[in-house]
Amino acid sequence: MSLLEIEDLRVTFTTADGDVNAVNGLSLNIDKGETLAIVGESGSGKSQTAFAAMGLLAKNGRATGQAWFDGQDLLAMNTHQLNKIRSKDMAMIFQDPMTSLNPYLRVSDQMAEVLMLHQGLSKSAAVTEAVRMLDAVRIPDARARITMFPHEFSGGMRQRIMIAMSLLCQPRLLIADEPTTALDVTVQAQIMQLLGDIRQEFGTAIILITHDLGIVAGFCDRTLVMYGGQIMEEGPTNDIFSDPSHPYTSGLLQAVPRLDKETAELATIAGEPPDMSRLPAGCPFSPRCAQVLDNCTAERPSLEVTPDRRRACHLPVQEVA
Amino acid sequence: MEPLLSVRNLSVTFDVRKPGSWPWTPPRKLHAVSEVSFDLQPGECLGIVGESGSGKSTLARAVVGTIPSSDGNIMFEGHDLANMDPKQRRVHRRDVQMIFQDPLAALNPRMTVGEIIAEPLITHEPNTPRPEIKKRVRELMERVGLLPNLINRYPHEFSGGQCQRIGIARALILKPKLIICDEPVSALDVSVQAQVINLLMELRRDMGLSMIFIAHDLSVVKHISDRTLVLYLGRVMETADSEKLTTRPEHPYSQALIASVPIPDPVLERARPRPILEGELPSPLAPPSGCVFRTRCPKAQTSCAEVKPVLEDIGSNHLVACPFHEAEEVLAVNG
Repeated sequence: MSLLEIEDLRVTFTTADGDVNAVNGLSLNIDKGETLAIVGESGSGKSQTAFAAMGLLAKNGRATGQAWFDGQDLLAMNTHQLNKIRSKDMAMIFQDPMTSLNPYLRVSDQMAEVLMLHQGLSKSAAVTEAVRMLDAVRIPDARARITMFPHEFSGGMRQRIMIAMSLLCQPRLLIADEPTTALDVTVQAQIMQLLGDIRQEFGTAIILITHDLGIVAGFCDRTLVMYGGQIMEEGPTNDIFSDPSHPYTSGLLQAVPRLDKETAELATIAGEPPDMSRLPAGCPFSPRCAQVLDNCTAERPSLEVTPDRRRACHLPVQEVA
Repeated sequence: MEPLLSVRNLSVTFDVRKPGSWPWTPPRKLHAVSEVSFDLQPGECLGIVGESGSGKSTLARAVVGTIPSSDGNIMFEGHDLANMDPKQRRVHRRDVQMIFQDPLAALNPRMTVGEIIAEPLITHEPNTPRPEIKKRVRELMERVGLLPNLINRYPHEFSGGQCQRIGIARALILKPKLIICDEPVSALDVSVQAQVINLLMELRRDMGLSMIFIAHDLSVVKHISDRTLVLYLGRVMETADSEKLTTRPEHPYSQALIASVPIPDPVLERARPRPILEGELPSPLAPPSGCVFRTRCPKAQTSCAEVKPVLEDIGSNHLVACPFHEAEEVLAVNG
């Protein structure tokens, strides 16, 4: 049985300009110890999917559908029930480690709070455990530095603190929302290696939300590509990269310059990312698709499911450029 | 051929006061850029890479003239930027234009697109008749891929990619000789990033522009620039032909940097050797003695702490600041 199973998730925000549909009927599942990448550009709904599952949507947002975690529907829970699961069984790492840590609290207090709440440890036992976890994420001199405030750490160190904090109760599922976007490449490599070690050591399942195809290639078992709040395609990472079955995926792969290859001119995807409050009736990618067919603009393609892949495209697989 | 831009031993330092220190205590010196030298030939594109805090943007601003340099010379077409008279300086400002990272923040929200693009022209050629200005703005909008009928819209009505096109049009209206792009695509989505990169390359080719292209993304820099300069803590580590730098880097830092860049190919990416650089950038307030990279360098020796490495020419315009340099194919796959 899968660890998390999301079925027909829809996230809608009520705004002054009308309803904005951030996620439109998304389904996904992740098994124990598996790594799943959710790839998409800004506004594709990848972060809102995670926020909905964690019960962290903004006040004007509503989520419908089901998110089964261990046989319980996360979307039907109230805050009290969610608090028993969050951080204990599933945890999240955010993009910006500065705004996600409390600037008024020492790192020791922020970290101990989690353990005192979920495991009923005393303050001193909780701090000892927190130091052990900071050591595990390789923060040098953790015992002395745990009493410092978040602003006294560098960006990479803050992200390590976030990761350590999310791992305190050894959750079975970790959702990492663009964990390295704000960091330099050398620090990014350190953090990705750390996440890899954690997965090996604790068997944590990881959902990695990112726009960076390079990180996905090195880290994830399966990849799910989103556009306009919908799944474009999903499958094993190797297959998605070597043999994309959707024009959007193949366009994305050709649009990134590569260090190991010489390309005269980058292939581009024409146009701009979609306006989520005015999505086309058919496939959300149809206005930008180079291989658009007549029925693409009118009819939303249904999800074709094969044993290990899913895709939503009217174009036959063989014809995808 | 005389270089368009010639930078010699450029240093930029900032005075930093410790909070709560006495007013008469001397401020500490932050060395943002130290002894940087390079030449830029007409029509050439030089890429500058480095981690945040390596001094990339400070270097760019010093070349434009918005930050005073504390030491060294910047020669633009044979004139020294430091002792230019106001008239020459005005010419220099026309010839060197800049494109910024955050496309929306770089545009005045209360001006229309037309006003934004026309502003440099009105400042430098105040006698241009209005219809002429409008004609040139429309032409340029078309050139950078914006519909000319959007001329009266405001920046907030545009997406990030379109705002960057507006910024490019503004930089081009005076027909400059040198364009400095400071992280022009890092705030953009992948699909839009490729559009802007292609536009910049096309404009450069068609208008014979020289370009300094700053980015932290080595893949983008390699794609767009002829030559690449690697900065670390304000110092040049290595300069070489972009292709050569990425395939056979000599400096241990360039090697580590290239090894950290992920490649979007699962088979290749997982087979790559991954020497991970430990630690983070040291403080520019107290840079390490000798070679600044030695605190993180896998090949560091005791002598590195004492001797400051000099930028050594190892042939065909390839400069390395490391006495223990050795070519290594970081991109190659094991087995």
